[in-house]
Amino acid sequence: MLYRTAGQFKTSYQADQALFPIRQDAVLLGIILIFAWAILPLVASEFAYQTLLIPILIYSLAALGLNILTGYAGQLSLGTAAFMGVGAYACYKLVTLFPWMNPIVAILLSGVFSAGVGVLFGIPSLRIKGFYLAIATLAAQFFLVWLFEKWGWLYNYNASGAIQVPNLEMFGVYVAGPQASSVVQYFVVLGVVTLMTLICINLTRGTLGRSWKATRDMDIAAELIGINLMRSKLTAFAISSYVVGVAGALFVFMWRGAAEPNLFDIPLSFRILFIAIIGGLGSVLGNYLGAILIVGLPVVLNTVPEALGLPISSATVEHLNVMIVGSLIVFFLIIEPHGLARLWALIREKLIIWPFPH
Amino acid sequence: MMDGADQSIWGEDERQEAVTDTQGYVTADGRQIGGVLMELRNITLRFGGVVAIKDISFDIREGEIRAIIGPNGAGKSSMLNIISGFYTPSEGELWYKGAKRPAMKPYEVARMGVARTFQNIALFEGMSVLDNVMTGRLTHMHAGIASQALWWGRARDEEIANREKVEKVIDFLEIQAIRKTPVGRLPYGLKKRVELARALAAEPSILLLDEPMAGMNVEEKEDMSRFILDVNDEFGTTICLIEHDMGVVMDLSDRVVVMDYGKKIGDGPPEEVRANQDVIDAYLGVAH
Repeated sequence: MLYRTAGQFKTSYQADQALFPIRQDAVLLGIILIFAWAILPLVASEFAYQTLLIPILIYSLAALGLNILTGYAGQLSLGTAAFMGVGAYACYKLVTLFPWMNPIVAILLSGVFSAGVGVLFGIPSLRIKGFYLAIATLAAQFFLVWLFEKWGWLYNYNASGAIQVPNLEMFGVYVAGPQASSVVQYFVVLGVVTLMTLICINLTRGTLGRSWKATRDMDIAAELIGINLMRSKLTAFAISSYVVGVAGALFVFMWRGAAEPNLFDIPLSFRILFIAIIGGLGSVLGNYLGAILIVGLPVVLNTVPEALGLPISSATVEHLNVMIVGSLIVFFLIIEPHGLARLWALIREKLIIWPFPH
Repeated sequence: MMDGADQSIWGEDERQEAVTDTQGYVTADGRQIGGVLMELRNITLRFGGVVAIKDISFDIREGEIRAIIGPNGAGKSSMLNIISGFYTPSEGELWYKGAKRPAMKPYEVARMGVARTFQNIALFEGMSVLDNVMTGRLTHMHAGIASQALWWGRARDEEIANREKVEKVIDFLEIQAIRKTPVGRLPYGLKKRVELARALAAEPSILLLDEPMAGMNVEEKEDMSRFILDVNDEFGTTICLIEHDMGVVMDLSDRVVVMDYGKKIGDGPPEEVRANQDVIDAYLGVAH
């Protein structure tokens, strides 16, 4: 009843191709945006910013980047964390080499570097696919982390070998570094994530997105109907790595505050892959649902039993978390390979005809 | 051997010249067939020691429905793969629109106006029917990445203009009702039709159909035959098809090439081919 689409007629192709052709979808998104931009900042605590809001947004963005490559273009990658690292280190070099640079510009520019590195490591995809390609991207993962450790210039020859985010100002307000407030950082992250999401939605539903999906579904047919597979695959690597790189820069500059090379090691790659799989490969919405689940679950496990008067030790919480996430992945791979996004799509389909299913 | 048609058009010594023949002919039902659109000259295809195609020459004229028939393993699909650029011939030349075609990638061939369907359906299962057909128009869409990212300017205009063209094809093939259905949910016959729609959306100069009627029942075959004739009639599209159903081939096509063991054993109008002793032998076997 609430989701009835009857009576919403499209009289032009432009209306039919609108971002949200169904009115209820647009309203729902509007509510979420108002919630994220206006209501949450009014009520959120410091704890909520640091453990939920900011990480959820950043992880969603990283998963979105991976999803473009794996979910849309069908190229398996295990090097996400390394590409995030490229973004983070590039951003660090940019703000230390050019201190006058606007931090947001630096973050958006740092994606360009990871896009370049992504294309370089994407070249094997022209010859190999599937597991073999995954192994090739694994090489990127190990090589880049090694590089972050060994190439002193990248971390300005710090004795600690880590990068420390300096205080960065924009229009008289600190946006990064120890003096920046969580609210400001939240807004910066939210702004960047909103912009990136919009761009990704547009790219995936347009010409480029179609050529990616065609490459994913049937590469030989795609080539025979006029798609340049090399271009299609390499643009997927470039766009994906760009988004992942921006997520990496946000990860360090807006959330962690400092980073060592091993932060970008393979567990982070897997974490983002899990978010993309649980959320749903080949969907934009899924990344957010997946990130909410993966980031939110440990917080819920930590706080809810305590509130109910059931004291659980933090070690148990850690184990519980791993067990639940593990079983969820198995569950989704077997029952619903398209993830949480597909669950929502099914619910929405039911809602559209509810309560008269005939 | 029935090389008569070829010999009369090009004498042996003129074979290196570009195609200049624009005369064409008139079919029995009064359709005007144009000049030569594509000409294959002495094509040979080898896979290692196996010779799949041996020294075959034939031409495809503008506006014509040209069939390639032959028993299993005769090299028909390999021939189509050569035309669509998936295989590069070991020997021989391919002339297209009056120029010799150099070795090309399949996507470049597609951009020159060669579209095709596949023997085993090769649709993009994860996309809707509309998106599949829109993919057929990718060769006509050139908006830059920035415009696409913002869905503004050229990208948006192109989406709308091409959607209009795609809707014409969807209308034509009567698949309006399944426009937004994911392809994976469709039955076999409809999938074949969507595949034809995707190829047609590219507005090809030459349309290659690899067994468009395979695995269909009589009614579906009749529908598909009607669509093929309508496509040829309304858009004037040149069609080259492979088909096993002899009745369909004889009814639809203007000229037929018959292949057996990689060699051409017949070429000409259906009734002529039907009377050819080599063709009868290949299909029915010979008493030794």
